[in-house]
Amino acid sequence: MEKITIGAVITTPGSSLNYKTGSWRTMKPVLTPENCIFCNMCWQFCPDSAIEPADPREKKPIRIDYDYCKGCGICVQECLANKNPNLKDALEMVPEEK
Amino acid sequence: MASDELFVSGHRGCAGCGMATAVRMILQEAGPNTIVANATGCLEVMTTGYPETAWKVPWIHAAFENAAAVASGVDVALKKLGKREGVNILAFAGDGGTFDIGFQALSGMLERGHNITYVVFDNEAYMNTGIQRCSSTPPYASTTTSPAGKVIPGKQGRKKPIANIVAAHDIAYTATATIAYPADLKKKVKKALELNAQGKGPAFIHVFSPCPTGWRYPSEMTVELSRMAVETGIFVLWEQEGPDISNRKVSCPPKEKRKPVEEYFKLQGRFRHLLKMPDKIAEIQKEVDEKCAKLGF
Amino acid sequence: MGVKQVVKGNFATAVAAKLARVDVVPAYPITPSTLFPEQISQYIANGEMDAELLLTESEHSAMSAAIGASAAGARVATATASQGLKLMSEMLFIASGMRLPIVAAIGNRALSAPINIWCDHSDTMAERDSGWMQFYAENNQAALDLMLMAFKIAEDHRVLLPAMVGLDAFVLTHTMEGVDVPLQEEVDEFLPQYKPLYTLDVKNPMTFGSFGTPAHYMEFKYQQWEAMNNARKVIDEVFKEFEEKFGRKYEQVSEYRTDDADIIFITMGSVSGTARAAVDRLREKGIKVGAAKIVVFRPFPHERIREIAKKAKVLAILDRAVSFGMSGPVFADISGSLINEEKRPMLLDFIIGLGGRDITFRDFDEMTEISMKTLEAGKVEEPVHWINLRKELLEGGA
Repeated sequence: MEKITIGAVITTPGSSLNYKTGSWRTMKPVLTPENCIFCNMCWQFCPDSAIEPADPREKKPIRIDYDYCKGCGICVQECLANKNPNLKDALEMVPEEK
Repeated sequence: MASDELFVSGHRGCAGCGMATAVRMILQEAGPNTIVANATGCLEVMTTGYPETAWKVPWIHAAFENAAAVASGVDVALKKLGKREGVNILAFAGDGGTFDIGFQALSGMLERGHNITYVVFDNEAYMNTGIQRCSSTPPYASTTTSPAGKVIPGKQGRKKPIANIVAAHDIAYTATATIAYPADLKKKVKKALELNAQGKGPAFIHVFSPCPTGWRYPSEMTVELSRMAVETGIFVLWEQEGPDISNRKVSCPPKEKRKPVEEYFKLQGRFRHLLKMPDKIAEIQKEVDEKCAKLGF
Repeated sequence: MGVKQVVKGNFATAVAAKLARVDVVPAYPITPSTLFPEQISQYIANGEMDAELLLTESEHSAMSAAIGASAAGARVATATASQGLKLMSEMLFIASGMRLPIVAAIGNRALSAPINIWCDHSDTMAERDSGWMQFYAENNQAALDLMLMAFKIAEDHRVLLPAMVGLDAFVLTHTMEGVDVPLQEEVDEFLPQYKPLYTLDVKNPMTFGSFGTPAHYMEFKYQQWEAMNNARKVIDEVFKEFEEKFGRKYEQVSEYRTDDADIIFITMGSVSGTARAAVDRLREKGIKVGAAKIVVFRPFPHERIREIAKKAKVLAILDRAVSFGMSGPVFADISGSLINEEKRPMLLDFIIGLGGRDITFRDFDEMTEISMKTLEAGKVEEPVHWINLRKELLEGGA
């Protein structure tokens, strides 16, 4: 068992990564990688730092980290591909499966 | 996730928390040479449940009403110990910890001239304790202590104009921002920290932070609501360097382009009762229009 | 060897802060402690002290800033009293919970209402559960010495708790007394630089003041309990080292003519000198009395109290504070210390000297009379007595 520190100081920065908030999800965002336009709005707006940003130079789409994604849907709402009627949707919300 | 994040995943904020996004943006701009003094509230509770922390910068919380005073102590200590150079000090607090209970400590910090940037995340009620009204709560919003009833339609009274009051302390920089405009928010953080680094004194940023739990809207609408608050003129983006109010740069949509306030209200449960009260909506629309007109929009 | 100076108590604590090379002094003025920040500001203005004086807009912010500064690695001192200590109260518990070794000089003053600026111990007594160590000075020399020692005890890694040094309002804070002010190099040897266990440092980011759930909270409180218990040993060590270095002896409880005493007065603070003089006077009349002065009230010196209690038939406890509906707080704590003893003396509680009412030989005569009657009766009829109460002012009074 890890011993407690003096005065409840937390000495390991970023240790909340040990807690996987993905289990909270009831809906989940799903990416269609070929439709990602690398705008990174989803990355920018994600409250949970659960999106790895796209790299436009490498044509590498974003990646969703389902360990932490709480399924809020902001990424789907703010996706610029989704907002553009001339483009195919890159992100959609689907029910979480057990 | 992205390894350079200073505010990491695994925090217990509600799904769609606007403040969490704002904190990420602010730390992306501030960088690792930053110390945060945080007031009690959602942000503290959701990020530091022992033994886990979502922070990768040095961070201190002591109580609800004193983020400004704790930050002041950190400031002078680092100065005395010769460790102040190149370090940003941010004070983070919610609207309760700023508009209400922390107001005195904030005023003291501003008057003493610390090179600290104070950020208030304004979700317009005491969310951490369960959505009670605050001096930041807008008129007619229904909260658990200003419920919309048959006789009284939600919060009575105004929203305290915190940024104006802060700017009246004649400080280095005062700004308002919201997450729907990340470039604008980050630019303001950058400016604030630059002025701190130049020894020009305190900066203050009022960050409008929609809260799905407290405002009762679907969690995916957080960014949209922060955008709509600006597009309706309900929340006006501005910045002011120094004490001269004529330096205030205001960005507000002109009347013909402004969305009706009703569109903003109808997305939120806290205003649902107003939809049956056209006179109240008209009253707020009039106030918003008058406020924008005074600002030249 | 130090320099002899005739100074006020507030000067003694301020000069101790200077000699301790305190880094940060957050402060807010309040009678009777205001001379402390005044003196510090004068030192800084004269270039005699290299410290940051942070003049806040309230005592609450002063203690909040003290917490921030201490967490950032600074040695921190402040001073306050009475209502100021009450406004700080919320932050006192947080400072001790965060294990920050802040030192505060408290000019012990009565609490409102009615508002009163004179001496009693209500202010610090009401903070006895705040997790701060508490030391009480009898004179200005003790105020200086205890302040210096408080840093060393508080900063010891076996302790890491804040400490307050009480000095009686006006009786000490504003009264000139001869004090031996130690030399800087002597103090530097005695009190090295503060070495914090953790600090706010961008190179090693840590989270201070985290959220404790039921899974951990109790263990953090137990750690504080242990730290306070450890402090007893550290206090003895530091008192001993101080005596060797500076030639002045301190004990957690010091005794006077107690060996064959039937009645022992228990005192704290400036009245202790009066108590010793009263003992001499009463002894001349053939009454077997002694006196014991509590210097360290938190951690409470249970063992010493038990030793002293063994000597007496009556403990006459002077309380310069009252817990309404209970008794005086010192009486309550001594009772607690003795409750499991097979043999214990009778305990009498004397509520005395509230709000600056003088404590005189006549009061000691009165307490002695009550104690002797109790002794003769062999039982305590009424444990709590208010001494030198102006009964003629009270409804139904004479």
